[in-house]
Amino acid sequence: MALGENTDRYPVRSGERPFEWWDLSNIPAQYWIVGAFLIILPLFASDFVLFQIFGWAFILGMIALSLMFLAGYGGMVSLVQLTVAGVAAYMTAIFGSSAVDTISLGWSWWLTIPIALVIAVIFGTISGALAVRTEGIYTIMITLAIAAAFFYFTRQNYTLFNGFSGFNQVLPPEIFGVNWRSPVAFYYLALFWAFAAYLLVLYVARAPFGLALQGIRDNPRRMAALGFNVTAHRIAAYAFASLIAGIGGILNVWLNGQISPGAISVGPAIDILVIAVVGGIAHPIGPFIGALIFVILRTFALDVLVSVGLAGERFNLLIGIGFLVIVFWSSDGVLGLWKRWRENAGKRDPLTGRPTDGGAG
Amino acid sequence: MRRFFDRHPFWSLVIALLVAFFIWAIFAPWPPGMEAWAGRKKIFLNAVFNGITLGALYFFVASGFTLIFGLMKNVNLAHGSLYMLGGYIGYEVANTTGWWILSFVAAFIVVGLLGIILQYVVFRRMEGEDLKQTLVTIGISIVLADIMLWIWGGEFYQILAPGWLSGPVELPLVTAVKSSGELVYLKYPIVRLVILLAAIVVGILMWLALNRTRIGMLVRAGVDDRDMLSATGVRIQRVFVLVFAFGAGLAGVAGVVGGTFQSIAPGEDTRFLLASLVVVIVGGMGSIPGAALGAVIIGLAEQIGSVYFPTYAVVLTFLIMVLVLAFRPQGLITSGR
Repeated sequence: MALGENTDRYPVRSGERPFEWWDLSNIPAQYWIVGAFLIILPLFASDFVLFQIFGWAFILGMIALSLMFLAGYGGMVSLVQLTVAGVAAYMTAIFGSSAVDTISLGWSWWLTIPIALVIAVIFGTISGALAVRTEGIYTIMITLAIAAAFFYFTRQNYTLFNGFSGFNQVLPPEIFGVNWRSPVAFYYLALFWAFAAYLLVLYVARAPFGLALQGIRDNPRRMAALGFNVTAHRIAAYAFASLIAGIGGILNVWLNGQISPGAISVGPAIDILVIAVVGGIAHPIGPFIGALIFVILRTFALDVLVSVGLAGERFNLLIGIGFLVIVFWSSDGVLGLWKRWRENAGKRDPLTGRPTDGGAG
Repeated sequence: MRRFFDRHPFWSLVIALLVAFFIWAIFAPWPPGMEAWAGRKKIFLNAVFNGITLGALYFFVASGFTLIFGLMKNVNLAHGSLYMLGGYIGYEVANTTGWWILSFVAAFIVVGLLGIILQYVVFRRMEGEDLKQTLVTIGISIVLADIMLWIWGGEFYQILAPGWLSGPVELPLVTAVKSSGELVYLKYPIVRLVILLAAIVVGILMWLALNRTRIGMLVRAGVDDRDMLSATGVRIQRVFVLVFAFGAGLAGVAGVVGGTFQSIAPGEDTRFLLASLVVVIVGGMGSIPGAALGAVIIGLAEQIGSVYFPTYAVVLTFLIMVLVLAFRPQGLITSGR
């Protein structure tokens, strides 16, 4: 069904030719269609759709993807991912150039971006090292507390983070003579990194590290008995997720042109969790679906609400109720709903995937 | 406590010395040399009192949170919304009837009823599913926050305390010595002291109820092993509902307290949810004395921090949490074992 998710395709064993990574014939048709659609979208979509809807959805999707990686494969629901993205964004503004030239150092992009990513990864790793000392529900609370502490810190600190107003006019550099903030260029930039992050997560999930991580999620004690270092694997998962969130954060600051404490407060951090959960945390495509739904709702809910006679500010009510409904009905988000619907429609046995018309097998 | 002393004699000594210095700094008039590096004593005393009274408020919020968590093992992330709802209801009642005391009763009852509904409709259906409960309570808090914004708007509301509670009172604590040899005493708002007193009384009553009554015995047994308790024939769902209602009601009362000495506005819900999270992480999950200790530590750290190093006040609070997590992940006071 999903890209490479079919377990019966992968174990190509004796008698068949070995699977090679460049062999694309295994990818289902839906993926070609979606990919082609995304690539030719700029031909007919307006700048607003490209920049504000798809660009933003890719970025939110990447940040939610980092949460999905931790939650889905590691069993650790971390609310600190947006903060990691925020650290990367702030570092881009501080080391790069912005309108606040008393703080911004104005270094060039090939120096700024690696530094921002490294600092974001270090921050995410340290947060992870703190969070993995606890389990389950405590992880949520501790990462929430870290996120809130960073938010209040940036709001109060004027010497480094420029306090309440943050940084504005943080623009992407002009590389290869392209203005990367023009809608089409930015669309492809965001699409490229979102796709890269998606593939990377898919790859890591079935690399030895990802498999060990899923083993730790299911039974940490047994994995420890098998000789795996549980804590180190979890912290490494945080480091990996931080990299993805950091890239998302840098793209986000370029999209908005600014970064301020309001963008990394508790509300948006919870939005990331909502996106990941609504999309589904069982597969890396989930966060992107969730992000697209969220962005479309956020953009058009106002018009819809006004048209049915409610005030436009009730957007959060809509999101909250939608979130509640999805959480109540499906722990696996939209993906889970879709899967269940398919199983019901095709009357397939959930275990074997075969039609169940012939009675119980 | 004695075990702690036996195990860490050095750290016990350090802590004892720090506490002794702190108490001396509160009660004794400061020698002139000290004001040079520590600032005026009045500022210090005010920070300490603000910190302790803020701790009292945090205790109100966090004790309900920790009670619910300790017994039912579910993190109610809508606790901050319950706090804010209590504040708004308290404001409405105090405003229409003019009775400040009545607003506490009303907030306790209304928010407690909401807690009962939450327990019946939400938590009962997903017992033991930690993540689902957390997500659902997040959803509820989003919805509640928006409904409250809808009804009460974005303004700041302050609940006015009755006349006999307004104004300052003189405390027998010397802040300075005038050149004439006359002693200057600390003046402090009486309403905050009353609230501190109320928090202490509520804390002691809760401790008594938990440790000296039959219901408290059931609750403690439920905290330790709820499966065994229900196997002995106790209707544990009733205990759950009771505890949830009480914890939610306490959050409502805390809302009135917070609305009286600070104000109620959108955003306060997350602030107090986070405060109770940190308090409970520092103090120890599911323990009432832990909530009290954590609340005082966090309240003091916040106020003293904001007076002496304003930019890094939040970091100080956070640092305390990190230190506790690093050295005692289970919190300073653990419940039971």
